[in-house]
Amino acid sequence: MGLRYELRYAGRNMPEPGATPVIEFRDVSFRVGQTQVLSSFSLLVFKGETLVLLGRSGSGKTTTLKLINRLVAPTAGEIYVNGRPNTDVNVTRLRRGIGYVIQDAGLFPHFTVERNIGLVPSIEGWPKERIQSRTQELMQLLGLSPEIATRYPHQLSGGQRQRVGVARALAADPEILAMDEPFAALDPLTRDDLQREFLLLQQRLHKTVVFVTHDLREALRLASRIALMEAGKLVTVLTPQEFVKSSDPWVAAYVRAFGDGLESAANRGAS
Amino acid sequence: MNVLRFMLHNRGQVLELTLEHLWLVGVSTVFAMLVGIPLGIVIAHRQRLNKPVLAAANIIQTIPSLALFGFLLPVPWLGDRSERLAILALTLYALLPIIRNTYTGITGVDAAVLEAGRGMGLTESQLLFQVELPLAVSVILSGVRIAIVVAVGLATIAAAIGAGGLGEFIFRGLAMVDNRVILAGAIPAAILALLADVGVGWLERRLRAR
Repeated sequence: MGLRYELRYAGRNMPEPGATPVIEFRDVSFRVGQTQVLSSFSLLVFKGETLVLLGRSGSGKTTTLKLINRLVAPTAGEIYVNGRPNTDVNVTRLRRGIGYVIQDAGLFPHFTVERNIGLVPSIEGWPKERIQSRTQELMQLLGLSPEIATRYPHQLSGGQRQRVGVARALAADPEILAMDEPFAALDPLTRDDLQREFLLLQQRLHKTVVFVTHDLREALRLASRIALMEAGKLVTVLTPQEFVKSSDPWVAAYVRAFGDGLESAANRGAS
Repeated sequence: MNVLRFMLHNRGQVLELTLEHLWLVGVSTVFAMLVGIPLGIVIAHRQRLNKPVLAAANIIQTIPSLALFGFLLPVPWLGDRSERLAILALTLYALLPIIRNTYTGITGVDAAVLEAGRGMGLTESQLLFQVELPLAVSVILSGVRIAIVVAVGLATIAAAIGAGGLGEFIFRGLAMVDNRVILAGAIPAAILALLADVGVGWLERRLRAR
């Protein structure tokens, strides 16, 4: 399998030889009416890496993310998840195997924190005690104190809500996490906390993460590799260290827009 | 005081007509909920249907009630018993607030919440029963509340076609030019409307999603 991918993606960055691809976009296009949202998009995401989709608003990164769990269906091309076209799998099964986190968390306002976290396990028919212990485990993992278990989302701070959102996505222990600007609505200090915790969490869990952001600093800090998108096309895929040094005009423009001090950001994420 | 004495003297009949009135309102409201809530859900999900359905319910609402009773009178089976006819007419009037509020309640659910649910792998029916309906329930109930209050008033007219209810006192009092008799129908009807308003309002607050 490795050789084929190396040929197909010759010249593109490979994280390590023999890494297992978990998600693959094969020549995917998506069009709404006359608008070409995504054109001939091909990309591999490997097991255990954090692939950041970086780009400005309207570059197609959210659409790309939604293609993975079939919230959006491509007009051309295929998306493979775990070696199978994602249209071969029952859509509900597929989605329950991919944790989904969105901006502002999208928590169910009428459910308590514990019901929000335990929702997927409960519709999967887990026994009650198992759901409860899983919920407690996740709350601890995400640094949420046990007394907020019975609170409702509107009684939480933005940072707590987003932690609950991540806990909910992890509940049924999916192999893949799809995160759509999860920290964008947070204040800078809380965002910094959550980014740091995300890195620690990822060191323990080694999920395959696809992470959408427009924030280059966030991308440099969290990514194993950064996929830069512009106007529905993949510009390039680079590691954070390569990204800040790249001479690609689109990359350079992005780096310039974010100003100085980025190299230290890239190195901090890697360390 | 005269009114109270009259009502006390005829308490058996006041009670009987009140129960008849409640029956007309209760049955028609249940029918209207059975039709209106599913219809409201359907038009919330199929936006193309929302205009024609709401327009139809609106048109029904503009037909004067006495005229509607008259229209329905010659219909076979229905016209055989005035009670059936009254229930149908009251059901038709109750539809609009119930359909409209169900539609408003369901379309008002935050799109991000729905997308999160869908992305997590909830099926459409799980989304409906676990997310959309619980979040819309207080808006739907406020539609039911309006429907009941309107129906209590409208049901008094059912007496004109012999369907019973508190309207009997009102029509009789009008014919006799006796205010006591009119009020013996009007006061219990007003109390019913108020109780229904308070009762469903309480339920609405109890069930309101946070």
